[in-house]
Amino acid sequence: MTSVVVLDYGSGNLRSAQRALEHVGATVQVSSDLTLAKNADGLVVPGVGAFAHCVEAVIKMGADKVIDQRLARNLPVLGVCVGMQMLFSSGIEGGEETHGLDQLPGIVTKLESPRVPHMGWNQVKVDSGSSLFAGIEDSDFYFVHSYAVQTFKSTVEPPFQSPKIHKTVHGSEFVSAIENGPLSAVQFHPEKSGDAGLHLLENWLMSIQ
Amino acid sequence: MPLSTRVIACLDVDAGRVVKGVNFENLRDVGDPVALSKSYGDQGIDELIFLDISASVEDRTTMLDVVRATADTIFIPLTVGGGVRQLEDVDQLLRAGADKVSLNTAAIKNPLLLAEISQKFGAQVIVLSADIKRSKTTKSGFELTTHGGKVSTGMDALEWIATASKHGIGEVLINSMDHDGTGKGFDIELISTIREITNLPLIASGGAGNIIDFVSAVLAGADAVLAASVFHFNQITISEVKQSLKSANCLVRN
Repeated sequence: MTSVVVLDYGSGNLRSAQRALEHVGATVQVSSDLTLAKNADGLVVPGVGAFAHCVEAVIKMGADKVIDQRLARNLPVLGVCVGMQMLFSSGIEGGEETHGLDQLPGIVTKLESPRVPHMGWNQVKVDSGSSLFAGIEDSDFYFVHSYAVQTFKSTVEPPFQSPKIHKTVHGSEFVSAIENGPLSAVQFHPEKSGDAGLHLLENWLMSIQ
Repeated sequence: MPLSTRVIACLDVDAGRVVKGVNFENLRDVGDPVALSKSYGDQGIDELIFLDISASVEDRTTMLDVVRATADTIFIPLTVGGGVRQLEDVDQLLRAGADKVSLNTAAIKNPLLLAEISQKFGAQVIVLSADIKRSKTTKSGFELTTHGGKVSTGMDALEWIATASKHGIGEVLINSMDHDGTGKGFDIELISTIREITNLPLIASGGAGNIIDFVSAVLAGADAVLAASVFHFNQITISEVKQSLKSANCLVRN
């Protein structure tokens, strides 16, 4: 069975992520143990609340290096919600810019919509050739967030493959999911998106095996 | 691509059992919150709210077990309210698998609790639940009440929502005490009045009696519609509500 660690750095509801992954066949540990996180088949980086708090907590426990090492060794990492956001270069909250983990270029900024937080079920414009969204291209997913990556420029040149960038509109367009080699990230909550969310997690597990 | 309108079912839970009348013919145990949640999930409900009406501390511990068992079974957003009085309660509920907590009386007694919670867990975890009724004593004509409309606070409901928003909340659950239990439809005037003063997501609650009521609430500005007894007694099904919203050109989750 595929082993997955859900990184525990004191952030919100981790139980649902654990149970949803178990539901689709993974062996899951919610843990702050860096050795476990480094060697699991898959690592899920969750996150709710403030960007700066999450980044600070992850760096404090040394998990930023684990993420770095895993990606260098081509081991899958899945960022969820703020766990996705902090993989980007920086985030601006309340006028203050905080450095992110810088695995992807892009800045996390407040959503440009009169209705914030963006809370509820929304669609994803799926980039072609996605394995993460295979079979669930037209599904709705559950979002809860006020910030997102609204400017993203991939500077990848051939022969390297460009990341798959999936987008959603709420006021303005933002990156709602991304697939870049071993790195996947989703702005919505697959563990709270009903059958479609479970399907996505199953797709992710399949890509690990 | 606007957001889909959320259809929410609310379950009152006392000592680990759903109370206040639930009548699902296809369920072996209609009082079991987990079985009921699963059934609602299968019917396509978008979100669930558990309201803990337990009186004792022991029963609140039972509530955590209920939340755990539900969150392990059904993978949609779950809000829990009723017993949330301090930061520690929020932490326990989130760890048990809740995504949001709803606050009512505790926030009125101590508005700074909202700020504490939103700083620690993010504003998105807080659903401000406001029991509102018409009154000549407040400026807006709407007064904030507690205990299901029985206790007046003397506070203007609109001013309260503005104050709470400053402390940090994710959405507002508008409970119309004038319409609750009447089945005459949601309080359209109340919903549209609150829509004018806030950009936060609004959940309409109280008064649903007919399928068309849900559409009216959305047209008045609600982002989500909540019902309890009409769903529990199968008077209106979730798919009927979604179908009717769809016919009115409101997006729903398939």
